[in-house]
Amino acid sequence: MATPAPTDTLDLAARFPGAVTPDTRPGYTGWVVTPEKLLEFAQFVRDELGYDYLVNLCAVDYLPEDRMEVVYNVFKTTGGPGLTFKTWAPRKDPIEIPSVVSIWPGADFQEREAWDLYGVRFTGHPDLRRILMWEGFEGHPMRKDWQEPFYDEDVKPFKRRWPDGKHVYAEKRSVYGDNVYFKPGFDPEKWTPTDPEEALYKSLKKYKTETSDGIETDHIIVNMGPQHPSTHGVFRAVVVLDGETVVSLKPVMGYLHRNHEKIGERNTWLQNMPYTDRLDYFNSMTNNWGYALAVEKLMGIPVAERAEYIRVIMAELSRIQNHLILIGMLLNDLGAYFTPALYAFEERELILDVFEAVSGSRMMCNYFRFGGVVRDIDEDSMKKIRDLVFDRLPRKIEEFDHLLTENEIIVSRLKGVAPLSAEEAIAYSMAGPMLRASGVPYDIRRADPYGIYDRFDFDVAVRYNGDMYDRYLIRLDEMHQSIRILQQAVKGIPEGPISSQKPSYTTKVPPGESYGRVEGPKGELGFYIVSTGKPNPWRYHVRTPSFVNLTALEKMCVGTKIADFVAILGAVDIVLGELDR
Amino acid sequence: MLTGKGILKGLGVTLKRFIDTYLDDLRWWGKRYYTPEGIAHRSSKDAKGVFTIQYPEEKLPVPEEFRYKPFLLYDEGPNGEKNIRCTSCGICAKACPPQCIWIVRGTDPQTGRPVPQPAGFWIDADICMSCGFCAEYCPFDAIKMDHNYEVASYTRNLMDMNELLKPVSYYASIRPLNYAREEEARKAKEAAKAAKGQ
Repeated sequence: MATPAPTDTLDLAARFPGAVTPDTRPGYTGWVVTPEKLLEFAQFVRDELGYDYLVNLCAVDYLPEDRMEVVYNVFKTTGGPGLTFKTWAPRKDPIEIPSVVSIWPGADFQEREAWDLYGVRFTGHPDLRRILMWEGFEGHPMRKDWQEPFYDEDVKPFKRRWPDGKHVYAEKRSVYGDNVYFKPGFDPEKWTPTDPEEALYKSLKKYKTETSDGIETDHIIVNMGPQHPSTHGVFRAVVVLDGETVVSLKPVMGYLHRNHEKIGERNTWLQNMPYTDRLDYFNSMTNNWGYALAVEKLMGIPVAERAEYIRVIMAELSRIQNHLILIGMLLNDLGAYFTPALYAFEERELILDVFEAVSGSRMMCNYFRFGGVVRDIDEDSMKKIRDLVFDRLPRKIEEFDHLLTENEIIVSRLKGVAPLSAEEAIAYSMAGPMLRASGVPYDIRRADPYGIYDRFDFDVAVRYNGDMYDRYLIRLDEMHQSIRILQQAVKGIPEGPISSQKPSYTTKVPPGESYGRVEGPKGELGFYIVSTGKPNPWRYHVRTPSFVNLTALEKMCVGTKIADFVAILGAVDIVLGELDR
Repeated sequence: MLTGKGILKGLGVTLKRFIDTYLDDLRWWGKRYYTPEGIAHRSSKDAKGVFTIQYPEEKLPVPEEFRYKPFLLYDEGPNGEKNIRCTSCGICAKACPPQCIWIVRGTDPQTGRPVPQPAGFWIDADICMSCGFCAEYCPFDAIKMDHNYEVASYTRNLMDMNELLKPVSYYASIRPLNYAREEEARKAKEAAKAAKGQ
């Protein structure tokens, strides 16, 4: 299964003399490529070495060294460990790095994000606009020298809280003080906005034809959202229509953006744990795991045996409730008004009861700690879990199957709609069920195992048509597999301590970088972190499945009817909490 | 081929649910709603039919580990005095992820030296994210998470020491298992200390 990392055997430095050097900083791995040779190197890595799957791309601002780095994490869809490479440019505007969209189209949104938040200009990118902030926003908020309006200090804990912590409301402390920056010569009183949508509308493909009898047909632009119920939050898609058929589509996001990563860099290592709950708020357990995994990797600490089992149990329960909600809500989008959704909510309630009893909260679990979990599962909850996985859940998943799978309306709405081929799914860096529904049996639990997943007997669910119906079926398949894993985990859970570390609110993380990835219910959830040995992370990047999976949204929607867009978006399974971060 | 068989199969499932509700009502005649057993039954693995809890007339019982907002503990002295457990060491304020805890360390009015008592303690409950770190890392069991979740209000919720302080007996009533465990650990520690002193 796991193939040895080719970085051990292949000397890429010899292949690209002068352009590629190993990254020798302590705690770092991979290669450093000069921007000039980046495209050639990327092409070589993809075509000759077989790293066809770009999962993560992010920028890192090394302010003291005066360099802006871009990090790429690539993997093979046949499995095995990945390859990390970086390129960098001096930290002086304009920072220019060639775009890899032509090699991995899945880099599209991630490069736009790096441009938006760091101001790295990716030359050759087809549509380099801001993605999370609005057009017209001044500055790049993830840069180390950028400060937010209620800026207190660079890192937590803030000194004004203790020992002389007289409470002041944040807005009283700095009401548009020095933290709001206006361009020289800019007067907010006299300013009249130009059309902020100009760049967006320019990027859409327009359409105009004339029929033989001289009737001119024009395109029509429809804004789906940000308040449209189908978007499950505040998400907007600008659609160009020819009649009812989608000609061009651009997603607009960032309405829920709160600069999660900046908050993460102000936090101490442990303080980030409850913040990860707020990413994909349906699956705080898996979010916790992804972050814990990345930090544990960098710290080089083991995880207590019992905690490993508890983690698997929580993550798989999480996956089941996520898929139930997905199916329920997808049916809502198709017009089955709330019956399947509320059936799904019943089972979810029972799972959340377990989460609440063990972690203290139904959704914001904050349950994992570095080296283990925060508290043991009590006997009552264990009994509840056993009841669920051996009795109720299999029964109820079967009921869902009866309720929906053969329903003619569902079949006719889903079958053959918006197909995505395996090649396209890989190229667009699709992850999780979306990738596997297109016939790529790639599951991180198998391809790059973490935790104790290598001990369990389960199949990687895969479907081959890549259409909407398969995206629905694969969720049912995955729930069946999760039940299998859960049954083994519940039977095999050993007694013992639940953490390998002493509880402490401070964490010592050695300098270096690490990328931790877990198979979240929505797809690959990755955390790229950089430590400088201080109590706070230097870089904290979250690669969220919702965000990257939307890269292919336009590809999937073009040619379908506008009514199908609602269902297509529903099946991608986005959560705005992690999409906008 | 649209035969409608699949639709009928699905409708069968909904019909079964519909009937189940009434059967369950009959089986639990008069006790399905507004009784603790009824609520427990409706959130058990054997639950059938209507799941809904009629809040606020009915409330789901909260598990012991449930956490909402933090509160401070005091031991009741023999003459009813409040012995605040907090020593104003500041660990909760340092561990707090959204930094919503503000503490003024107490000082002796004569010597000006720090004393193990807080002179002021605020929790900005609007900012608090209910993560429970303060309670988890407090070395003196002086701050704990409350169970009261009905805190909606028309104003900002800045809790000062008066609002935060609650007796240990209240803590023992909401978290009996945790309380017993902590007391046991403390007694063992005191016994060890006494044995060492002899």
